[in-house]
Order: sequence, then C-alpha cells, then structure tokens
Amino acid sequence: MEGWDPNTKSTLTRIPLLTTKAGPRDGAAWTQRLKEEYKSLIAYTQMNKSNDNDWFRISASNPEGTRWTGKCWYVHNLLKYEFDLQFDIPITYPATAPELELPEIDGKTQKMYRGGKICLTVHFKPLWAKNCPRFGIAHALCLGLAPWLAAEIPILVDSGMIKHKDDAASSAES
Amino acid sequence: MEVEFKALLDDLDVLEKSLSDPAPIHKLRSHVENLANLSKCNPQRRSRVKELSSEVVDSNPYSRLMALQRMGIVDNYERIRGFSVAIVGIGGVGSVAAEMLTRCGIGRLLLYDYDTVELANMNRLFFRPDQVGMTKTDAAVQTLAEINPDVVLESFTMNITTVQGFETFTSSLTNKSFCPSKEGSGVDLVLSCVDNYEARMAVNQACNELRQTWMESGVSEDAVSGHIQLLVPGETACFACAPPLVVASGIDERTLKREGVCAASLPTTMGVVAGLLVQNSLKFLLNFGEVSPYLGYNSLKDFFPTMKMRPNPQCSNVACLERQKEHMLAKPERDAAAKAKMEADASTAIDEGSLHADNEWNISVVDDANEKDASKAASSSDTTLPEGLTREFPDADEYEREIAIASGSGEIEEEDDLEELKKQLEALNAV
Repeated sequence: MEGWDPNTKSTLTRIPLLTTKAGPRDGAAWTQRLKEEYKSLIAYTQMNKSNDNDWFRISASNPEGTRWTGKCWYVHNLLKYEFDLQFDIPITYPATAPELELPEIDGKTQKMYRGGKICLTVHFKPLWAKNCPRFGIAHALCLGLAPWLAAEIPILVDSGMIKHKDDAASSAES
Repeated sequence: MEVEFKALLDDLDVLEKSLSDPAPIHKLRSHVENLANLSKCNPQRRSRVKELSSEVVDSNPYSRLMALQRMGIVDNYERIRGFSVAIVGIGGVGSVAAEMLTRCGIGRLLLYDYDTVELANMNRLFFRPDQVGMTKTDAAVQTLAEINPDVVLESFTMNITTVQGFETFTSSLTNKSFCPSKEGSGVDLVLSCVDNYEARMAVNQACNELRQTWMESGVSEDAVSGHIQLLVPGETACFACAPPLVVASGIDERTLKREGVCAASLPTTMGVVAGLLVQNSLKFLLNFGEVSPYLGYNSLKDFFPTMKMRPNPQCSNVACLERQKEHMLAKPERDAAAKAKMEADASTAIDEGSLHADNEWNISVVDDANEKDASKAASSSDTTLPEGLTREFPDADEYEREIAIASGSGEIEEEDDLEELKKQLEALNAV
C-alpha cells in the first residue's frame, strides 16, 4: 500500500471487510457473500455521502447478483463527467477480481482492454490477490476504479477524447 | 463457367468465318482461351476422406503423417481421428495450434474466443487482413474448414469467465456425442491459449471439476519467452497451486499486462510456443516419446528449462484438493498396475535371454522403492513436509479454521435479509 494517498488509506480502513470465500456457483455461501457485499457497499456509499465525495451508483441487475450496473462520475475543472459502469462477477470470484467496464469510453484510451474493461493489472490486482477473500466490490471501486478515473479522466478531457455533455450538445447544435 | 467459355469460342468460330480479316478474331480467341485456363485453376475444395491411407501419392493429404508409423514413431496414427481437442483462446498461439492440429487430421476441434480479428493482430500468423472484423472463431472455422474438411469444427463465441459462459463451456466439454464410447469427459485434451489470469483460472476451475487433463501455454509480455505446462488434476500442480510465471521468473502473473494494454508480440515466439504445445499434445494423445510436464522457452538465451511440479496440498482451489485426495487414494491401484507392467516387461526380457552370460562380480540390480516407502510411512502423517521436518507454527489453513469456529456463533446472530440490504442500497442510490 505504499504510494497510496492518506485519504484513500483512511477510507479503505473504514470499508467493512468480507469473510465468506464464495463465488456465484456456491449456493447458500454465495448468498452470504452477497449480504457482506451489500453491507460494505452500503457503508462505503454512506461514508462517501457524509464526506461530500459521492461518486458512484451501483446495483445488481439480476437476482443472482452476478451482473452489476450503475454510474460513476468524476469532477474535473468544476465539470462533472459521468459514465455507465458495469461488470460481471467471474466464476472464479473472489480469487479473481471483477473486471470493471466503462463501455462508453471503450477505444478512447490505451489503459483499457477490449469492451471497456479498465486496466487494473498493476495498481489493483496484486492488492486484491493479497487480500482475498476480505476485499469485495466496494474495495474494487475504491482502490481500482477511483484511482483509474483520477488518473485517466483529466488526460482524456485535456486531449479532447471526451467532451462534457453540455459542450457536446452545443457543438452538435452549431 | 466452362460451358460459357465453350459457347463464346463457338460464336467466335462463326464470326471468324463471316469476316474477311480474321486477325482480330484470332487475338480475341487467344484471350478467351487464357481466361478459360485461368478459370480452371480456381481453388477447389478437396472432398472428405473416409479412411486415412498410407499410400504415397501426391493426392493423399495424410501420406506423410501415416509415414510416422513406418518410421516406428507412432503405433497407430489413425487413432488421431477419434480425438477431440478444445482450444480456449484463438489468438497468436491458439489459432496456430488449431491449424497444426487440423493439418494433422485431428477428429474434432472445439474453439472458444469472444474477440474479433483486428489489423493489430496481423504481426502474428494465421489470420488474414480480409478477415478483419470477423469473430476469431468464425474466421478460424472459415480457414480451417478449407484446409481440412475432415475435421469436425465447433466454435463458441463467448467469455468463459462469466457465469453463463462457464456453464456453456463445461457443458460443451462434457458433450459426448462425438465419441460416446470413450471414458471421461467429451474431450481428450483442453489447450489453454489465453492471454490473461482470469481466463486461465476459469479453465483451471473447469478442468479440476471435470477431472480433465489440460495444457497451459503462455508468452511473456515482452514477447521473448514462453512456456507450456501439462496439468493433470490431482497429479500435477494445478494453475492455482503455482502459477507458472511465479516459478519461472519470479514475476507475479497477476501483474502482467494484457494484449489490449499493448504488450509486445512476435510471430516467431508465438509460433514456437504453439509448436511446442501441439508437439506435446500429439505425444500425449498418440502415446509416443515423453510428455513434458513443463517446458519453458527463453529466446534470448535459447534456454529450454523443464521441470515437474507436484500439487500444492494447501491449494486454494477446493476442486484441486478433492482431485489430490482421489489421486492419493488411487495410489495402491496405480502401484499394482505399474508392478504388473514391470513384471510383464521383465518376463519378456527373460525370454530374450540375459544380456551377459557371466557375472564375475555378482552385480545385481536391487529395487529400493520399497525401502523408501516404508520410511515415509513411519514419518509423520503430515505428507506435505519432507522427512525429518516438523512445523513450528500451525499452518495457515488450520489457523483460519480455528478463527471461523470461534466466530461461528457470531455468524448465526446476523440474520440479515438480502432483500432488506438491497433496499437499503437502493435507498442510498436514489438520493
């Protein structure tokens, strides 16, 4: 965890850890794991809101809790950039982390695999592996997606690869 | 086409007779004849072959393969038509492996990939620029069916790491319609030619659960080294026991970058690794030579390390531990079979007569296997440690189990309702 800013570190310590090592094919154990996922997501969302740092919405889009969809956003130069967020829980979960996807910016950055999967290889996967099964979806968002957005969005905006929705609308009119 | 050209030539004949100066017609006729010849050498698909023949004629696609029998390398090459091989990942290695097996006349190939062909793939073998935009599985089936129509090709365009994809993957592996009489799953071998940790873990999971022997392959992101590895669930290390790169170079596999994030690649390294992989597969399937349990390839130094990896008794994969237990329980059976085979070999050896007529120094070969076994059994029941060693601390698994038991009472109290938790999160999301 060297090199992480103290803010992220202190947030991380307050996200509840998970205990059940179970994937989507493990029946009752997976239900238990899902409960733990929800609890840590609830705690993390509440924490973000109370710190005025609300930055994502995520919810399960199927009853089994294996597919998740939502939104995430990042504020750069006082403008809010919002993206669809989606991912599947892999069958080898939690041994392997979920692959977080931002399909709208697929192909706009090199730091991404096909289908809009953000690159978590260097900054996040080793952490996930060391903390299996204690890390869950909330941790993946906090340590995987948040730093990716902070690093990539300013570059994408400054290089003109992505435009703010107001700009995009006005340029389309003109 | 031929009929059209014939009609055209006939018309020219008529025209020639009616004209006073036949020179332009002669010219026209030679052009038409050239075209007719060109149309004849259009690509023709070869028809299917019922039985592999060893007849040495130019038109026999299998003559050079059947010659392996005459050379004493393979006992019965024709068995290859009964084998099914699944290839997961039809990229730089997988596509070449598929072509090699197709040219060898493999019975059936199952191909899995979810990607499409891109111009950025053209530095590797197999795919052609005119296939850009097709799914890799469709493009592969197109090419392979042309090369050898005898091979049964099944393609699956999907991601095997998702719940649904994994189900399709395992059910396709267990489908025995191709060769119902065979034991085991529906395929003889699974080849993993994928480029990421998640997919390898998914293949590992499926094969551990199905008791399916598989081979793993990989090329480093700097494109100058690679490896292949044989994985027999329970008998050798599974992928979760010891990811090969950790052993080979000290790099954690999880930190490796993938193709999309611009890893380097070379057609040479990928071709070499595909060749090693298919060679090992042929040896495994057709039962010749020694099947390598692990073979590395370092192209900078042309170094080919080999080794054997035993399974990790503390592997995090539950199915792997089950297979290890089964393997241990089947040991007496294996020993008996090995002994019977040795005795059979010995009896044939006696028939041939002893090698040396006299034995001036009374030299004899003594079997030391029994002695070793006895001392092993006498040592502790902990089979994971070499003889003479004991653990100072309880192993990590036991420690975690104790914690689980201690906190077990607490878990029962927490009877949260999943729906209630969902609603709580939705309420937060709504604000």
